[in-house]
Amino acid sequence: MSAPAASLDAVRPPVRTIGRDGRRRLLAAGLVAPLAAFLLFAFAAPIIWILGYGVADNELASVWPRVSAELRDGGDELPPDEAVFAALAADLRGSQASRTAATAARRLNYALPGGRSLVTQTARALADRQEPDPGGGWRETLIALDPAWGERETWVALRQASGPVSAFFLLSAADLRLGADGLERAPPEQRIYLAVLWRTFAVAATVTAAAIVLGFPVAYFLANGPPALASVAMVLVLLPLWTSLLVRTGAWVVLLQDQGLVNGALMALGLTSEPVRLLFNRTGLTIAMVHISLPYLILPLYATMTTIRPELVKAARSLGASPAVAFWRVYLPQTLPGLAAGALLVFILSLGYYITPALVGGAGDQLVSYFIAFYTTETFNWGMAGALAILLVAATAILYVFYARLAGPRGLSLG
Amino acid sequence: MARLSADRLWRWALWAATALVLAFLVVPILAVLPLSVNDSRFLTYPLRGFTDRWYIEFFSDPRWTRALANSAVLAVSSAAIATVLGTLAALGLALAEFRGKAVLLALLLSPLVVPVIVFGVGLALFFGQVGLVRTFPGLLAAHVALGAPFALLTVGAALASFDRTLLRAAQGLGASPAVAFRRVVLPLIAPGVLAGFLFAFATSFDEVVVNIFIAAPEHRTLPREMFSSLRENVSPVIAAAATLMTLVAAVLLGTMEWLKRRTRRMTVSA
Repeated sequence: MSAPAASLDAVRPPVRTIGRDGRRRLLAAGLVAPLAAFLLFAFAAPIIWILGYGVADNELASVWPRVSAELRDGGDELPPDEAVFAALAADLRGSQASRTAATAARRLNYALPGGRSLVTQTARALADRQEPDPGGGWRETLIALDPAWGERETWVALRQASGPVSAFFLLSAADLRLGADGLERAPPEQRIYLAVLWRTFAVAATVTAAAIVLGFPVAYFLANGPPALASVAMVLVLLPLWTSLLVRTGAWVVLLQDQGLVNGALMALGLTSEPVRLLFNRTGLTIAMVHISLPYLILPLYATMTTIRPELVKAARSLGASPAVAFWRVYLPQTLPGLAAGALLVFILSLGYYITPALVGGAGDQLVSYFIAFYTTETFNWGMAGALAILLVAATAILYVFYARLAGPRGLSLG
Repeated sequence: MARLSADRLWRWALWAATALVLAFLVVPILAVLPLSVNDSRFLTYPLRGFTDRWYIEFFSDPRWTRALANSAVLAVSSAAIATVLGTLAALGLALAEFRGKAVLLALLLSPLVVPVIVFGVGLALFFGQVGLVRTFPGLLAAHVALGAPFALLTVGAALASFDRTLLRAAQGLGASPAVAFRRVVLPLIAPGVLAGFLFAFATSFDEVVVNIFIAAPEHRTLPREMFSSLRENVSPVIAAAATLMTLVAAVLLGTMEWLKRRTRRMTVSA
């Protein structure tokens, strides 16, 4: 029976594999397509949309089309020639008539201190003038109205804003701007973003370090403790993970308040005579974030520890190593892949915290996420929101690549 | 003798550290629960006496009951859709090898790692353009996007340990591909499918950032109302809501553990 079948296989394989393979690929594509198409619309498009705002810069071009076009195509000389000034004058008048001068004023003001009043006042002054001053062109007329129009700095800002894309918002996110002589630091009162980015990294690093210190013994116990107790401990690690973030954050609001359990305990132990401020500051934020992050450190570390063979430590001990040396030189190095994966995961997640800082942090503890939300909903400065989002997504993506290498294909699964 | 006591000291230190950290993990969550039946307007210890009025207040306030209903409807429906989409994609990815498969998988899983704030503001702007902001379908779509990668992961993991000779055996015994799928593949990946559903459910039930950015007032969920209450007026009703949510978490965790044990038994006996 089997011999003819085998010989048939030997004759037909090329045809059959191609036919079957083609159909199989088609079926595979058909099965993946619904999710891929859905995520393209409901996930990728929104992300790309907001990131696009970080590099798109067409606010000015939308209300001042003439001068924007002239600046995009024009020469390097700034301030430019009469033709560009005439285009500016026409745009100023046009935007005053269509009540869009405020848009241009706002955009110019991002890059140029005093840009707002420069635009609104000049636009008002030009409102009912069809001709330049007698004996001069629009260039002289505008400079007479405000000398700022004759300064190179003004035109550098205008040209950078002429669209359709610019690095303006990304530079701003690094407290830089394009001045008359190239890149320069933003004016002191506008240097806020590096501090926010640094704070975000510092909080994430602190939380990661604390999670390593607290998580290591638990992971070790889960992997090497008595099985019955270890499985109870595992449930205690997983319960917070399944509990809503709002419940966990809310719990810390309740515990850390002035009359909360933590302050009650501190006072009962005589460690302090009056309540210590633990809420709405960095201390409270760090405690809550460590609490939320811990399981993400423990689980990958535990997974790695279960693969470490206990005989190796025993061998080191029998060769005369002290427990500390055996641990430090034999056991610890083998945990490093899991430790690094867990630490990276905690760090990545910590960069994106929004809800917890909003509820337990103070005004000075808001991370980059807060500013993305703030610029989107409060000031409608979507360019700045987009630029900060680009930085956050880029940092996350780079770290995620490292994480995926360390944790392997199933590294994202929990529990 | 000296070595033995060092060992013992080492072990005691480990147990003590573990116990302290486990307490740090669980006590804050458990400490809120008694406050939901505490007869006091303040969320503080010591307990004063028993009352059920915070639960009565919760269940008689349309703001909270509507939030509970919204959360339940969203979690069940988004998890169901996410599980179907994720399962189909996992089957497709297991069927064929092709170039760029790893990249495609990473992209399909990216909702797990992209900071949710970026997704939230992106939705507000993009769904605003296409008219989905402040609609239920828009909210549902966002929840499906966040949940589907979990189903893809869990079903993918179940398929990775799937023995393909079983399929050949089924075909050899005369089963059509459809029958082989229904009678052989589906029962074996069922735990992965259910696990995906549970993760997607928990993700949706926990979601608050997207809700802040695109939900209409009548579509606010339980975590969303808790967020507002924690910012505006901290009342013991929050403790009642937190207790209900913790119960849901405990049920989800219990189901998951039961599932894991069952899968382990099946693998051991097989």
